[in-house]
Amino acid sequence: MKTLLRILPLILFLAIAVLLYRGLYLDPTHLPSALVGKPFPEFSLPALDEPARRLTRADILGRPALVNVWATWCPSCRQEHPVLNRLAQAGVVIHGVNYKDDRSTAQRWLRSLHDPYRLNIEDAAGTLGLDLGVYGAPETFVIDAHGVVRDKYIGVIDDAVWRERLEPLYTTLLEEARP
Amino acid sequence: MKTWLAALIMGVALSATALSDMALAAIEAHEFASDAELARYRHLADILRCPKCQNQNIAESNSPIAADLRAEVRRMLAAGHSDQQIIQFMVERYGDFVLYQPPFDVRTILLWLGPAGLLMAGAVMLGSRVARARRARSAAAPLTETECQRLAQLLRSTDTRRK
Amino acid sequence: MIPELGVLSLGLALGLAAVQASLPLAGARLNAPRWMALAGPAAWGQFVFLTAAFAILAHAFLSDDFSVAYVARNSNSALPWYYKLSAVWGAHEGSLLLWAWMLAAWTCAVCMGSRKLPRTLRARVIAVMGMISVGFVLFLIATSNPFVRLLPETPPDGNDLNPLLQDLGLIFHPPMLYMGYVGFSVAFAFAIGALLDGHIDAAWARWSRPWTLVAWAFLGSGIALGSWWAYYELGWGSWWFWDPVENASFMPWLVGTALIHSLAATEKRGVFKSWTVLLAIAAFSLSLLGTFLVRSGVLTSVHAFATDPTRGVFILCFLLLVVGGSLALYAFRAPAISSRVPFSALSRETLLLVNNLLLSVAAAMILLGTLYPLLLDALSGAKLSVGPPYFNTLFIPLMAVLMAATAVGVVARWKYTDGRWMVRMLWPSLMVCLILASGAAVLAPSSPWAVGGVCLLATFIMAGGLRDIADKCRHLSPGLWLSRGLPALGRSYWGMQLAHAGLAVCALGIVLNSVGSIERDLRMGPGDAIELGGYRFVFEGTVGHVGPNYTAERGQVSVWRGDRPAAVLHPEKRVYHVQQAPMTEAGIQAGLTRDLFIALGEPLGGGAWAVRVHIKPFVRWIWIGALMMALGGLVAAADRRYRRAPRHPAAARTLAQVP
Repeated sequence: MKTLLRILPLILFLAIAVLLYRGLYLDPTHLPSALVGKPFPEFSLPALDEPARRLTRADILGRPALVNVWATWCPSCRQEHPVLNRLAQAGVVIHGVNYKDDRSTAQRWLRSLHDPYRLNIEDAAGTLGLDLGVYGAPETFVIDAHGVVRDKYIGVIDDAVWRERLEPLYTTLLEEARP
Repeated sequence: MKTWLAALIMGVALSATALSDMALAAIEAHEFASDAELARYRHLADILRCPKCQNQNIAESNSPIAADLRAEVRRMLAAGHSDQQIIQFMVERYGDFVLYQPPFDVRTILLWLGPAGLLMAGAVMLGSRVARARRARSAAAPLTETECQRLAQLLRSTDTRRK
Repeated sequence: MIPELGVLSLGLALGLAAVQASLPLAGARLNAPRWMALAGPAAWGQFVFLTAAFAILAHAFLSDDFSVAYVARNSNSALPWYYKLSAVWGAHEGSLLLWAWMLAAWTCAVCMGSRKLPRTLRARVIAVMGMISVGFVLFLIATSNPFVRLLPETPPDGNDLNPLLQDLGLIFHPPMLYMGYVGFSVAFAFAIGALLDGHIDAAWARWSRPWTLVAWAFLGSGIALGSWWAYYELGWGSWWFWDPVENASFMPWLVGTALIHSLAATEKRGVFKSWTVLLAIAAFSLSLLGTFLVRSGVLTSVHAFATDPTRGVFILCFLLLVVGGSLALYAFRAPAISSRVPFSALSRETLLLVNNLLLSVAAAMILLGTLYPLLLDALSGAKLSVGPPYFNTLFIPLMAVLMAATAVGVVARWKYTDGRWMVRMLWPSLMVCLILASGAAVLAPSSPWAVGGVCLLATFIMAGGLRDIADKCRHLSPGLWLSRGLPALGRSYWGMQLAHAGLAVCALGIVLNSVGSIERDLRMGPGDAIELGGYRFVFEGTVGHVGPNYTAERGQVSVWRGDRPAAVLHPEKRVYHVQQAPMTEAGIQAGLTRDLFIALGEPLGGGAWAVRVHIKPFVRWIWIGALMMALGGLVAAADRRYRRAPRHPAAARTLAQVP
């Protein structure tokens, strides 16, 4: 018993050291989404290109899609835009959420940089963003055909991210959706 | 070399901005229906964490998301929601991370009960240590003849010093 | 050219540290006096070269040598000279150099102060400190060289010191903290020396104690300084956030407090020997762990230095060697130094054990809470946050019990205390304290139980202390006890009383401030006023103002109590030119019973601003209490018996023979 007590500090320390070593290669700022596995939140917001038209959750159901939260004030969004364009041309369904932005600036932006979005939701007040747990653009959600959020990626999507993380999931969802 | 330098300066600038967010106190002028509501707002802003910052609550952070969350808390307070409902709202969207008070569930048993357990284990060890010392004290043998003489000698020598 | 000499100095220091770490240790083992004698000269040589390196870096800052990358990152030609100097330790590399330099300085102090130690112990102590030096200087050279140059593209000017660090409080905060961390390495080295020697006597405790007390005092004042700085600099008047980096400095202080109490018992009664050694190892280990946490990026914190996993791996390996090695040594050698000294259930020994238990559990709890998010993330990827609600809930009850134990412990006698006698001693004081506390609870604006509780505990500590002084004086010098008795009580005793009183004052400040703070955030235009807490605050608008390296909007707020002016405060909103970072400088009127605190938020147009008005009762008591504790430690360390050899040779021989 006494021997155990004497060795205990050493054992505890070694356990802590292992934990700290693991911690060196984790990212404490990386925050997984609380919405994974839950349905995409309900919303009723204007479409960016047709302000008179109101989009709701029903509009994004039916097929797997990426929902990309973006804004013109976000420099990283500009960085990932060409990638989104390429993906859209390859047939990937991408919807956009224009987060806390100015409508005319956003429309101008899309005209000059091309528009990869099937539907573009104008979330000027950020209410949808709040319901999605967005804390900074760009963020991209992957939803399945039933509107359930399956993944959330925070940051710029580049070819590597698409290839390694998002494409496998998207393909799986497409196969799931096939009747 | 140039890229390294640029990255260095950018890195410092970014970290500098992160720190300077901290220096810009999030002081906003708002009206509350009552002192109680103001107190609840303060309390909630203190225990909700800014999802994007380097360990700050939403009361202290000046980042846009913290401002948004503060506005949402105010809105929900004005709409009559309870503290628990507001916390639940935030946790549903941002995860447990956003609350500075860790929940009490299977994952956090060690966290909440560990220190108490440690205290009890320590108290038990302390008790047994004291009991042992007590036994040793009552079992201490009286001095032998030689030890008595030596004690007298020592006391005499220190006494001479005092004079 | 000169910065390269800095690198050379570091290399030479490393070589000397390696000599200091190895040869005296081998000499102690092999009983080779000449090798053991190398300890002192090697330490002095290391100190000389590290001083040279530090001076070279300081010169680079003061002469605006932006070809040195570290200077370019942290300085600017418009920076006032005293901030250029403090910028030397303003970031990772320079602060490590400060660590290493302080370690060398402490080692030299130990060399000078330990001439009367047995040769083998002295050699081992200095060698262990040399090993730690090797680690730090190697870390500097390998991963954190402060003398890296930006050639040939030298920037024309620097990036400026972070505006948050351009402040008096932050000039002294790191050096004080490092004095503490480094000072604990002395206690650690003594502990390792004792383990290697295979025995501990009361003399060992007597030699370790003053070093540990001074280190503890500095660490405490460093923490208090950091807290005070956060209060006046960050703009919302809070002084402690349980941030991982704050916790990293608080844990060694808590264990250090346990250590100084345990050392007292080991010195006076030869008891708790192996536990004291373990505490000494723990205190320094926590200091090193703090270094790791701050510089490795493992935990999120506003305080963290720029992070790099390579550095993290290095420090972790260093930790494994130092802490793992010392704990392994402890596991093997602890039986050799154990003691079985009798004492009864009601005695000062028992109460000191209670003190140690509470402080250790508190430190363990803080460690658990700080690392728990990491633990959960590593095990399951789940993210949660552990913050003030957790720490406050668990820390406060532990401290409350500790305060009660303190009040009783001062009066308790060594080895055996008669229960009835102790009750007779304390119950009048307790009655008086209960009355005072009830009065305070009734007068309290809110939380009467918290106010009453802390008043009871704090007054009980002070009353118990006074009772003990009276008791001791009467015994020392019956009849003339005030004039003869008081001076006869040693500095060690007065240090203890002062520190305990400091604890009481600090606790009162903490609780009364959190219960009684009044604050309002509101829109104020020129001429607007608000009544708060019996004061009237009148906002008189802002004027522009230019400082050496910033532009500011300077507000003026006059404060009235009834008809009499109480203060004129000048909160500022600064923008520093180089980093374009906005900063709040609060306007504070400090008072013994309350602080008036005003901070500017955002301009709201038309000359109006969002203004925070705060009345903070008793907030200064927190830092006054902390300073009293630190001062108490220094006074106790200055006790003459640590520096005086025992008067009678027989007594010295006996001392050495105490088991």
